[in-house]
Amino acid sequence: MSVPTIFDISKEGRGSFRLPRLDVPNTCNGLPENLRRQNTPTLPQVSELDVVRHYTKLSTMAFGVDNGFYPLGSCTMKYNPKVNEQVASLSGFTDIHPLQDASTVQGCLGVMHDLLKQLCAVTGMDWGTLQPCAGAHGEYTGLKIIRSYFLEKGDVTRTKILVPESAHGTNPASAAVNGFEVVQVMADKRGLVDLDDLKSKLGPDVAGIMLTNPSTLGLFEQDILEIASLVHGAGGLLYYDGANLNAILGKARPGDMGFDVVHLNLHKTFSTPHGGGGPGSGPVMVKKALCAFLPKPDVVENANGDYSFDWGCKSSIGKVSTFWGNFLVFLKAYAFILAMGGEGLKECGENAVLNANYILARLKGMYDVPYGDRCMHEFVMSLSRLKEETGVTAIDVAKGLLDRGYHPPTMYFPMIVHEALMIEPTESESKETLDDFCDAMIELHDIAYKDAQSLRNAPEHTVIGRVDEVMAAKNPVVHQ
Amino acid sequence: MNPYITHTSEDQKLMLKAIGVESIEELFECIPDKVLLKEPVQVGQWMSEHEVVEHIEALAERNVKGVSFLGEGSYDHIIPAAVKAITALPSFVTAYTPYQPEISQGVLQGIFEYQSMICSLTGMDVSNASLYDGASAAAEAAALGISNRRKSNEIVVSSTMHPFAISCVETWAKGRGHVVNVVPEKDGQTDLCAVNDVLNPATAIVIVQSPNKYGIIEDYTGLADKVHDAGALLAIEADPLSLALQKSQAEWGADIAIGDTQVFGIPMGFGGPYCGYMAVKQPLMRKIPGRIVGRTVDTHGDTCYVLTLQAREQHIKRERATSNICSNEALMALASAVHLSLLGWNGVREVAEQCYSKSHYLADGLSRIDGISLAYDKPFWCEFSLRFDDPSKLDGLVAKLLEHDVFAGVKLSEMTRDEKDEGILVVAVTEKRTKQQMDFYIETARRFMA
Repeated sequence: MSVPTIFDISKEGRGSFRLPRLDVPNTCNGLPENLRRQNTPTLPQVSELDVVRHYTKLSTMAFGVDNGFYPLGSCTMKYNPKVNEQVASLSGFTDIHPLQDASTVQGCLGVMHDLLKQLCAVTGMDWGTLQPCAGAHGEYTGLKIIRSYFLEKGDVTRTKILVPESAHGTNPASAAVNGFEVVQVMADKRGLVDLDDLKSKLGPDVAGIMLTNPSTLGLFEQDILEIASLVHGAGGLLYYDGANLNAILGKARPGDMGFDVVHLNLHKTFSTPHGGGGPGSGPVMVKKALCAFLPKPDVVENANGDYSFDWGCKSSIGKVSTFWGNFLVFLKAYAFILAMGGEGLKECGENAVLNANYILARLKGMYDVPYGDRCMHEFVMSLSRLKEETGVTAIDVAKGLLDRGYHPPTMYFPMIVHEALMIEPTESESKETLDDFCDAMIELHDIAYKDAQSLRNAPEHTVIGRVDEVMAAKNPVVHQ
Repeated sequence: MNPYITHTSEDQKLMLKAIGVESIEELFECIPDKVLLKEPVQVGQWMSEHEVVEHIEALAERNVKGVSFLGEGSYDHIIPAAVKAITALPSFVTAYTPYQPEISQGVLQGIFEYQSMICSLTGMDVSNASLYDGASAAAEAAALGISNRRKSNEIVVSSTMHPFAISCVETWAKGRGHVVNVVPEKDGQTDLCAVNDVLNPATAIVIVQSPNKYGIIEDYTGLADKVHDAGALLAIEADPLSLALQKSQAEWGADIAIGDTQVFGIPMGFGGPYCGYMAVKQPLMRKIPGRIVGRTVDTHGDTCYVLTLQAREQHIKRERATSNICSNEALMALASAVHLSLLGWNGVREVAEQCYSKSHYLADGLSRIDGISLAYDKPFWCEFSLRFDDPSKLDGLVAKLLEHDVFAGVKLSEMTRDEKDEGILVVAVTEKRTKQQMDFYIETARRFMA
């Protein structure tokens, strides 16, 4: 079933928007002819009710955490508390211009300063920046800081970044975008960083290593202290990708493990919603030696208790976004941390891990889980055997889940697991939800052996069937 | 009781039993004892929801909502109520990136409509699903330029661009061996001769902005040809609302259109989240960064939408990717699409025209005052720059108006940290400002300068 676009329902002459009457002389013809727009763009001509009905209809064809279980691995789709939205809509924040005089934005600056202090406490780092607008933007910023740190020391030879083969695609991409050469570190039999391989790749040309801990396999890098001492011993730095921080929230801190730079995803760990793709927020936290390289401006508390921006930082990498970052998102994370407190954050980490292990325990007899029978906040199953025996693939099972009202797990990632499904339930979900999901997974497994074709035809109960992605890429139609 | 965790202690016991462990602590045994926290992290004790609201409301009250004549990348425009109502719908707010098209048609179609509107306004062929903001879009344009021309390493930017956009481009280039060539300005506009002079076989891209940091609408006659003849790309950054009046990027012959759609339905919010836009001509379709939604059909042959051309993106290309962007600003893009739908072309044009008339009214009133003049006698539409003969008078007037919760404008030197900009005040006037507010500004200035 397809819905007409907002352009399709447009009608010449229709509209609903009214401005206040112009109360000064109309001089708008003053712009010189050679600078004036010639061509008239096509925008919809619709009533307000048309707009409301159209987009409300579209919203019924979207699926969020509020609609159902979302075990999307590495995305931490936890509940987004409603109070977060309430405080982020206060006009005392939404109606504030980013370049107002500091005396008129003490509330905003206070939130930023408080949040940075909280994030220091959570990560065990010394200070940070809130400017990056997403996780990948944080990676870009954090690696730029590492680059600048070495360049300022005159160490121009450190041009390589080590990245495990199970890393998120953004890790190697962020390293490359910063001009680093990417060197892959292999996993050992346990699925963890292979220490021998790591040793063989460390040297005076290595700037650092990027790790998610736990890894994308949902496994904690047990040798992290040894890894840190090896990397530091070779003169390199450790970068923590915070995508999986939820697993250790309130339980352990990257700063204590030896990491020098950390990026966080406020839209994962700190309960801010993902908005169908954004806005996120990707603060970067660093150890003291790297503070001078943080983007500018810094937010500082003055002796009199007031806050201000400090533009003085000479070694700063500069700016990474237009203003100070996604401020209204900061408020949501701030509200979450205030509501949780130290004890509550720990409960989040604990229950996230409990939930993942519970699903793992219920499904591991039926589905293969190549890396161990314990996990942190997520685990990865392989459907290779199922595919061999029935022809049913990871995507078929995922589409079967759609018919049962679930958002499927992350598919075909990490690449070191074939026919991967990566399941991350988060702490938000009840035992009943987890049980229902497990039952659905078990049912799909049965169906794979009894009626594989029906799964290849799934989904049947969604508004559209499977999509012709090849046609979309071959003959791209990207606007109306 | 933790409000965001649903388990009863009985649930937890049953689950632990099913897992085969005695306690939750056992699940964390893989973490070396040395780094396992023995105490809660120091963020204070929990607050009830009511206390959270009171605490944050008190902070909001420490901010001052004033009559704002501030611009430079963030503008106080009218936002229809329906924009907020629609962008607050839970299935839009709480959805992830639309990886599963069968249950994400609403998000995908919304983005497709946004892309269509951006293409239409800019005259370009392909828009992505959004970038972070206007300044980071300039950095992405630089990256696109470098990746598009073999052996290139130079990025030319105009000194009349938003200072923070220049900074973002410089940050991007840092440590990579790329050169950012900031070409000088002439009479408040990009010096096109200077651009021409620096073009060489290593130039990847020229990035300019109109309206520029002074609010001036720049004249790019002949620029695209010069840039293309030199083998480089041309990117024009533009406030998309200004495109209602001024020539679109396509009409100037640009290859890349960038900017920020904050002006369409996105609150100022102390600087974010906003929404960077980028749209390109057809030949760059497979190089543009970010997500793109395409139209296709499903198994029944029905029209539908899906993320497409993903071979460009980091999750496929990994270290060969030229951009690392993953999350974008989808909900903000939706806000802009809804805003543009509510306004329509007539509404957008009327807003732009009111900005024009009102800003000229204020500029006229202020520039008649002794000691204040227009910094440049050049076309502008919603934002203009004043020069104060005595820079200390500028500070004084800004402070005077601040006493009345009127934000007079942006002191340019505070953004550029450049002495030559001292005495320049950049003033923005949106359709939201009234004659009464502007007359108060003029009258206060007249008395103060006397």
